[in-house]
Amino acid sequence: MPKLKSAADLAKLRQEIQSQAKGKKVVSVTNGADGRARGSQEVVQALVKEIEKQGLKDKVRVKSTGCHGFCEKEPIVIIFPEEICYVEVKPADVPEIVSATLAQGKTIERLLYQDPNTGKRISKESEIPFYKAQNRVVLGNNRFIDMESIDDYIALGGYSALAKALLEMTPEDVLTQIKESNLKGRGGGGFPAGRKWETTRNAPGKIKYAIVNAHEGEPGAFMDRAILLGNPHSVLEGLIIGAYAIGASQGYIYLRHDSPQTIDVVNKALTQAEKYGLLGKNILGSGFDFNVELHRDIGIFVSGESTALMTSIEGSVPEPRPKYIHTSVSGIHQRPTNLNNVETWANVPLIIGKGVAWFTGIGTEVSKGTKIISLAGNINNTGLVEVPMGVTLRELVYDIGGGIPDKKKLKAVYVGGPLGGCLPESQLDLKVDFDELWEAGAPIGAGSMIVMDETNCMVNFARYFLNFLADESCGKCIPCREGVYQMLKIMNRICQGEGRDGDIELLEEISAVVMDASLCALGQTAPNPITGTIKHFRKEYEAHIEQKRCPTGVCQMLATVGRG
Amino acid sequence: MSEVTLTIDDKEVKAKEGMTILEAAQEAGFDIPTLCHHDKLAPYGGCRLCTVEVNDGRRTRLVTSCVYQVKDGITVKTESEKVIKIRKLLLELLWARAPGVQALRDYGIKYGIDRTKFDIGPTCCILCGQCVRYCAEVKKKNALGFVGRGIRRQVMFFPEIAAEECPKCGECFSICPTGVLPSNYALTQLPGFTFPTRFLG
Repeated sequence: MPKLKSAADLAKLRQEIQSQAKGKKVVSVTNGADGRARGSQEVVQALVKEIEKQGLKDKVRVKSTGCHGFCEKEPIVIIFPEEICYVEVKPADVPEIVSATLAQGKTIERLLYQDPNTGKRISKESEIPFYKAQNRVVLGNNRFIDMESIDDYIALGGYSALAKALLEMTPEDVLTQIKESNLKGRGGGGFPAGRKWETTRNAPGKIKYAIVNAHEGEPGAFMDRAILLGNPHSVLEGLIIGAYAIGASQGYIYLRHDSPQTIDVVNKALTQAEKYGLLGKNILGSGFDFNVELHRDIGIFVSGESTALMTSIEGSVPEPRPKYIHTSVSGIHQRPTNLNNVETWANVPLIIGKGVAWFTGIGTEVSKGTKIISLAGNINNTGLVEVPMGVTLRELVYDIGGGIPDKKKLKAVYVGGPLGGCLPESQLDLKVDFDELWEAGAPIGAGSMIVMDETNCMVNFARYFLNFLADESCGKCIPCREGVYQMLKIMNRICQGEGRDGDIELLEEISAVVMDASLCALGQTAPNPITGTIKHFRKEYEAHIEQKRCPTGVCQMLATVGRG
Repeated sequence: MSEVTLTIDDKEVKAKEGMTILEAAQEAGFDIPTLCHHDKLAPYGGCRLCTVEVNDGRRTRLVTSCVYQVKDGITVKTESEKVIKIRKLLLELLWARAPGVQALRDYGIKYGIDRTKFDIGPTCCILCGQCVRYCAEVKKKNALGFVGRGIRRQVMFFPEIAAEECPKCGECFSICPTGVLPSNYALTQLPGFTFPTRFLG
């Protein structure tokens, strides 16, 4: 395939791909990291083999796609154009799927999703209650795209936003649109992306960088992986558009070293984009040059922090550095560097392609667009949900998440991972919105949501997160290294029934100093699990300390014997 | 370089653009405590003891004075209530780590800390990193470095480089605020290696 040199070339290529696909049936199998853990790779292999055996090779195409969101029921097989959706498919089911559904168009009743409330079988994916209340603008295309195929993305209209930006708009136009859309950073900070871009653009310096932060370290968050794995080109397209607006010549995708599948897929995506001339010199004949490099981390949580990440790309140990001069002005090698999260970048082509008005039509007054939330914990439908900003947490838990298993009562929802905060049942009517959740003391972070039922001990839960943070602190500054460690020691003794009078106050005292004095965001928010649980569940702490009793029976108070 | 005017503890101070608050304050005779700062090294911002309160006209916030650059018209408070509270707790936290270190005891006298409420787990190092950074930035040898992260972080000599470079240099030994670095070095020696006595003296 020769390099694409204009928008017309791209349109021609799209037509070719679409006409080739005409009349063919498509079988999409969720084959991301989560699907593979449940044997999806074997399902894909069985499908390919069986289709060949039954002589349907020319009529059917098997697509190995990323996660669609409903991780709980994977591997999921969807047959297009009928959109028949089979859940929890095993390799043994494959011959029947091929002979009955693909060859004869019959639906296999037992493989369909069964609504746990009504008992009814649902044949179409879009009618499953889990998906019904969602608005999947970012994740929605995952089911149509083979992870390793740029053609699938182009067939869906991919890279047309890039063509529009590069050939019809000036960098200033692009910047203005992103600013008008009020797209906020999805990685945790919620800082307006447009303003960040503008600072980088206006910063002095010839060489500028643009980075995709795909270092998803938050326990319980897995949306970035789903986007990057399921639809890598949407992120890449966003990055190129952003780089054009900023004036960056070099891009980086910063990935975890421990996700080999994602690394593989992103590497392939970069090669394909280069082949088509969507990366490199003179992209689409616009005169704009841009290269992207993949960079792997060394496996610590704090390397997702922007300054630590940039230190890591420079080749040093990922330790955060002071940010009094923003990284948008002085980042990698003291050059202007713009960093955004995977989900933020994936929204960019949508805004440029569909327009600002479309984007601002979704969401609340202050937070626009959708947010992908990863639902985990004591909830029926574990998985990724993409909802418009402004949906209440109650809707998330009960309507989309399907409620709490075993008819237990909900105790709290933990939003935003270890650096986020907890919300008790009474605050469930809060909306998914950057400002609203921030004010409630539970910043949305990257969007992980852990649901806890009444059998969970909040003290032990806070201890668990603190343990994670003490382990992941880089150790550079004293408040985070020593303070969090001392807090963990106090929490450990409380959970072992050796809590002392005044421990709660001591925890609060250390928390205040650690929040004020730490160098980076990890330290500044590390006490969040403690302060949040003390605020809403102080009684549980008191029971642990004064009565040496864990109300839920989670903490084993064996150490109290003989020690009083 | 243009000059800026700022206020430090109600005193008007002039400083050059690009200077840090700490440098400006030291020039004007203010004593801001530091543990990780060294004149020859790039600002690090690790010990956080030099935290001060800064008002830039829009808001008041806590910043580390060894890193924050002076700006025209800012007001700096080096000993506000919040700042003192932070320093006291940081000293106590460090005390639990390295109770015998003289620098801590000196600051302890200033801030009224002579014990710690935390469980003591004594080591000899406060992890200020001056030795590590001196070797990397000034000597450009990297004979020692940080190993491990979080609470498991420690300073270690790398024998391959140390055996070659340290006998010729040893400059970091006099920088170490705890004075125990030479013994740390001695412990890394391979059997049969004769340690130059001038460093132990």
